[in-house]
Amino acid sequence: MTALDITGNIAVLGYGLAAIGPGVGVGLIFAAVINGTARQPEAQSKLQSIAWIGFGVTEVLAIIGIALAFVFRS
Amino acid sequence: MIAGVPTEFTPPGPDSFDLPPIIDGVDWFTKPVLVSALTVVVIVWFYWAASRKSAIVPSRLQFAGELGYNFVRNSMARDAIGSAEYMKYVPYLCGLFYFILLNNVAATIPLVQFPTFSHIGWAYVAAIMTWVIYNAVGIKKHGLWGYFKHQTMPPGVPGWLLPLMIPIEFISNILVRPISLSLRLFANMFAGHILLLVFVLGGEYLVFETGNIALAGVGVVTWLMGLAIAGLELFVQCIQAYIFVVLTAQYIGSAIAEDH
Repeated sequence: MTALDITGNIAVLGYGLAAIGPGVGVGLIFAAVINGTARQPEAQSKLQSIAWIGFGVTEVLAIIGIALAFVFRS
Repeated sequence: MIAGVPTEFTPPGPDSFDLPPIIDGVDWFTKPVLVSALTVVVIVWFYWAASRKSAIVPSRLQFAGELGYNFVRNSMARDAIGSAEYMKYVPYLCGLFYFILLNNVAATIPLVQFPTFSHIGWAYVAAIMTWVIYNAVGIKKHGLWGYFKHQTMPPGVPGWLLPLMIPIEFISNILVRPISLSLRLFANMFAGHILLLVFVLGGEYLVFETGNIALAGVGVVTWLMGLAIAGLELFVQCIQAYIFVVLTAQYIGSAIAEDH
């Protein structure tokens, strides 16, 4: 049995770690939207448009992570 | 790759985005250039044809055009900028939205299948235009000093916090906004395209290159997964166009807002 040879770049692992936070954040945003819609169905469209902005702002953290993963690739 | 000879699988990377020029010798004329030019033609034709014979009882085309225009005008521009001054910015927002939308969705259309904005230069230009516009209208409205005060000193902050708040607000409102705006669009398109490449090329490798029937079965499953990812990507492409324009409207709205 030979040792498993893993090649590749550790920056990708860093990106995986960096994506945890935004993942939780995006989940929280949509959990709040679902809650709000369940309590007040007529507010759905308003909540959704706010949620997409929040989603965009939160998601950019993961996006910066993927950009940095490529920057620090070498 | 030569069929029958087991070869190493080379995963797709940033190199996969360097497309050859369409005409030999004309280096700048690549697929994204062609696609973006075509989308401009399509958008101009659509809105020209939709508004050419405007009538009180709209034709189908006019109705579709008004639907598309009203979506940007009402749900993005008016909500974010406010009903007093939003009409000035609707042409920019509308053009920007449909340009980004069509260029993104082109990544799903067969034969095109390349997102223009997966080359970061395109995203930079779109974000810089937005940056120049919201700063310019803010400076025009509040004056240079007043605009910086407006952007960097949130009302109601106690004085001893200002040395901390001013740099943070300056960096986040003036410096980081164009970067995050362009990176978000670019990286979503880039990552989505690379994901599709991994599934499709990986499936191709498993089915045709390995010569192992069990792995070929896995390859077929990989292709099905790639199909599902393509559906997800279509959704992401529309959402990213929406987010880009909604944030643009939001930035313009916050730049020209009155201090409370």
